[in-house]
Amino acid sequence: MKVAVIKYNAGNIYSVVCALRRLGIDPVVSDSPEVLLQADKVLFPGVGEASSAMRYLREHDLDRVIVNLTQPVLAICIGLQLLCSHSEEGSADCLGVFDTPVRRFVPHDGKEKIPHMGWNTLHNLRGPLFRGVEEGSYVYFVHSYYALVMDDCVAQCDYITPFSAALNKGNFYATQFHVEKSGAVGARILENFLAL
Amino acid sequence: MLAKRIIPCLDVKDAMTVKGTNFVNFREAGDPVTLGEFYSRQGADELVYLDITASYEGRNTFTDLVKRIAARIDIPFTVGGGIHSLADVDRLLSAGADKVSLNSAALKNPQIIEEVTKNFGSQVCVIAIDANFEDGKWVCYLNGGRVATHRTLFEWAAEAADRGAGEILFTSIAHDGTHDGYACEALRELHRLLPIPVIASGGAGTMAHFKEVFLEGEADAALAAGVFHFGEIAIPALKQYLSGYGIPIRI
Repeated sequence: MKVAVIKYNAGNIYSVVCALRRLGIDPVVSDSPEVLLQADKVLFPGVGEASSAMRYLREHDLDRVIVNLTQPVLAICIGLQLLCSHSEEGSADCLGVFDTPVRRFVPHDGKEKIPHMGWNTLHNLRGPLFRGVEEGSYVYFVHSYYALVMDDCVAQCDYITPFSAALNKGNFYATQFHVEKSGAVGARILENFLAL
Repeated sequence: MLAKRIIPCLDVKDAMTVKGTNFVNFREAGDPVTLGEFYSRQGADELVYLDITASYEGRNTFTDLVKRIAARIDIPFTVGGGIHSLADVDRLLSAGADKVSLNSAALKNPQIIEEVTKNFGSQVCVIAIDANFEDGKWVCYLNGGRVATHRTLFEWAAEAADRGAGEILFTSIAHDGTHDGYACEALRELHRLLPIPVIASGGAGTMAHFKEVFLEGEADAALAAGVFHFGEIAIPALKQYLSGYGIPIRI
């Protein structure tokens, strides 16, 4: 199986490569449209800032390549946010695969800490990504912005407000949490994606 | 619900774990990767690797070690010790570390916090503060607790958060190694003061100390070394215990 990881100006891509290798997959990391189009599976990971990431994707023509991918795509963390319609981070117009805006967490009483960092529970799980994953499983999050709960939501989490922990529409899958850092649960979700 | 985190800390010298362990079944107890994997399987929520190698050559050994950790460990890990520049941070993050912990370098040059967070984001930047309570105030120390500064815990922690730090890792020098419990009062004050998570360090001896640090100290995470390394507290039992008190814990 050919697995490609999209190379762009976001951090933490190496962790995803390591997670794939632990599952016996040696991915190619690339920003070449040909390589991405020919892969069986594409991962769109990363940690970064939305508006500068979108600018980079447009400059490298990756915005059009990504939305036209037809094989299973798994976006992680900021990857999920970039697949939404718009992000409050840098007021960025994003790729629009998922029809929801991305908002910044606002503490209720000034007590909740931002970013939402650490292990939190998943609820209302559905779809093939969560096969064999129990309701209430813990996964690892690090983020200050979130996608609203909407029709494409296949896993929900709650921090200050309920938000989309995972989205799925057609061949596009996305997790706000880091599958590559979520221990055995994360590995299972990644395996489920690779089995699509 | 967001879980409170349990974080074993591993001191590493020349790519070997320094503090001895009681894990007699471990043939490679000195290998930081094996030990990290063990803790990860036990339910540790994160790991901290502290490089206490003094030499320049040792830095490269540590970077190689970070790459091996990233390849095998599937939970987040922070690396610290001897990080002085943006280039050091870049090198360790590129090797696969999720976060870096800055201590003396940030006290000497607070500007480095902005540089790190501007380039890599707040979430990678942990500011470690070693402080000791003297003459009515918490004095911050440099160089592993050896050199006193004119800075104090609360104002320095607040400044670090203002500059963009993602977390504060506070070690009470007087509590460290005593096994008498964490500095809960100071931790609660940090929690009240800061908009970012606080990791408690120094003083863990019993499971009750962890309960106290979460319920009374309101810490977001508790770090410990000796009690885990010497097998005095097993992480699964600790997590069951804390969960029994209604503390949100990943089990």
